[in-house]
Amino acid sequence: MNAIFVLIAGLGAMALGYVFYSKFIAEKIYRLDANFRTPAHEFEDGVDFVPTNKFVLWGHHFTSVAGAAPIIGPAIAVIWGWVPAFLWVIFGTIFFAGVHDAGAIWASNRNKAKSIGALTGDVVGKRARSLFMIVIFLVLLMVNAVFAVVIAGLLVDFPSAVVPVWGAIFVALIIGQLIYRKYIGLIAVSFIGVLALYGLIGLGPLFPVELADSFMGMAQNTQWILILFLYAAIASLLPVWMLLQPRDYINGLQLFIGLILVYAAVLISGPEMVAPAFNSNVPEGTPSIIPLLFVTIACGAISGFHGLVAGGTTSKQLNKETDARFVGYFGAVGEGSLALAAIIAATAGFATVADWEAVYSAFGQGGVNAFVSGGASIISNGIGLELSLAETLLTVMAVLFAGTTMDTGLRLQRYIFQEWGNIYNINWMQKVLPSTLLAVGACLILAFGAGSGGSGGLLIWPLFGTTNQLLAGLTLLVITVILARLGRNVYFTLIPLVFLLIMTVMALLLQLRTFYAAGDWFLFGLDLVVLVAAIFIALECAATLSRLRTEGSGEKASGEKSADKKD
Amino acid sequence: MQIKKIKAWWDKANHFAEEAYNAPYRSAIARAKREEDDLFMLLVFSEMMGVPNPASYYTMELQPLLLERFHDWHIRMGMEKSPLDHFKCC
Repeated sequence: MNAIFVLIAGLGAMALGYVFYSKFIAEKIYRLDANFRTPAHEFEDGVDFVPTNKFVLWGHHFTSVAGAAPIIGPAIAVIWGWVPAFLWVIFGTIFFAGVHDAGAIWASNRNKAKSIGALTGDVVGKRARSLFMIVIFLVLLMVNAVFAVVIAGLLVDFPSAVVPVWGAIFVALIIGQLIYRKYIGLIAVSFIGVLALYGLIGLGPLFPVELADSFMGMAQNTQWILILFLYAAIASLLPVWMLLQPRDYINGLQLFIGLILVYAAVLISGPEMVAPAFNSNVPEGTPSIIPLLFVTIACGAISGFHGLVAGGTTSKQLNKETDARFVGYFGAVGEGSLALAAIIAATAGFATVADWEAVYSAFGQGGVNAFVSGGASIISNGIGLELSLAETLLTVMAVLFAGTTMDTGLRLQRYIFQEWGNIYNINWMQKVLPSTLLAVGACLILAFGAGSGGSGGLLIWPLFGTTNQLLAGLTLLVITVILARLGRNVYFTLIPLVFLLIMTVMALLLQLRTFYAAGDWFLFGLDLVVLVAAIFIALECAATLSRLRTEGSGEKASGEKSADKKD
Repeated sequence: MQIKKIKAWWDKANHFAEEAYNAPYRSAIARAKREEDDLFMLLVFSEMMGVPNPASYYTMELQPLLLERFHDWHIRMGMEKSPLDHFKCC
């Protein structure tokens, strides 16, 4: 099948989802009210609570949630064929992610813009809140470890990307200084930044950089992982305005440019979907599509991480409650379109099925590298960009996404360690440097614990997916409980919640068996921790919902009508 | 007329870009400022009691806010340029 058809069908379905389904959810289920005084107006302080234009807020929300994950997940999952990945991304975005993201903003907005963690404590209970903290910690840990492994792999496979990737850091540093010191308008700075970045991308293939094959007994991957963590530790200690803020901004611009380039190239060259629609000839050791597909693609279909952003910062800046539909649901559509680009690049960018099968020779082998080589070939054929330049461009795009997430992730993990130091009265843990070292150490253990030289790091990916889906499950639980208390239809959030929990628990059990059989005790232990958390969440869901039903029937029996139900 | 329109469009685009640039990090920088204000208060009181002022690199966090305020201050004081060699703002 031609990729143009896949692209138009995918984008068209998501557009229809936005126009019709999100309207139904916003009006009939969440009942968004334009006259509701949002926390951004009620608590306006010019800092956290600032009423923001919905397009700006959408840009902020979308770029905060879009990272390397919607590229890595779909690019791994196409091993089962492109149709299952395509269907899960499209239907996941329409019926799961959009409802989840808009719901998280709505729930937080209706509760003084509290974070989803705080809401979990208020709405479900303290036990669930503790679970929430543990799940967030695990997600951050896995994101940092996996992304370091992914970036290292890309830098080894595409040495032409080394100069632009590290050069981008200097571009960001200079932009940060320009903005605050020279008072130049941001549009001009944006042009300078993007031009500098693309100039570096042009230079990359001319000056490829490769590390020594072995340094003090360490392979190239290992060396890069250590360098990356050293960099991320330093970056997480720098003031945010210096590096993180300009880096995020340039990345956001790059995301739009990258997406436009891939989509334009597909429309111009119209490549065929080379990979099989349903792959019945999967390599040995590939896990079963059900339930692994639904956790391999987390971001891009549904992701718990979005709930953190939605409740953490987005809801505090919501100008009108009705904007939640555009910001949340359309933000999820943006992420879905990135995942769609990843699917097309990883399946239509190869000359023959044999070429594709050579890349997808084992589970986890394709991944982001397939996105880069496939996407580069599509861009090269469509727009006529030189292949090595296109490869460098896509590598830089993927690495910068992952790198920015690592910087932020490590900073957040440092905060968690500092908070624990505060809770348990451990003075040294509250300090910046020791807590940063602890965060880096934990991630390094995970990166190398999954396989020597960090090479087995991608084995953690489905584990990241399950943990992330648990987070999404917790957010959906909070939304469902709020809806139930308001006496509204809960099925539109309850069905995704139950589906997610079943798939996640099944995936964890399957992985547990795999890790046990392989004697990988490290991942076995980690899997067990996530499984226990999942079971607790499932029990918490059942207990809360059955309590609500009992309360509801009690009310009916006594003839009372809940005040909430009038809402 | 046309130039005016283009300028208005440019200003609007700049405004939106600034919003997009600042919105995600507004609270992080403001929190750092509050911490610095607290530290400043502590330093003022410590100095009153004879404790030396440990200049801290943490003030780096404050640069975006300090620069503008410092610039306004030296203009107000009738100095066209920053009087401090190590702190140039314009």
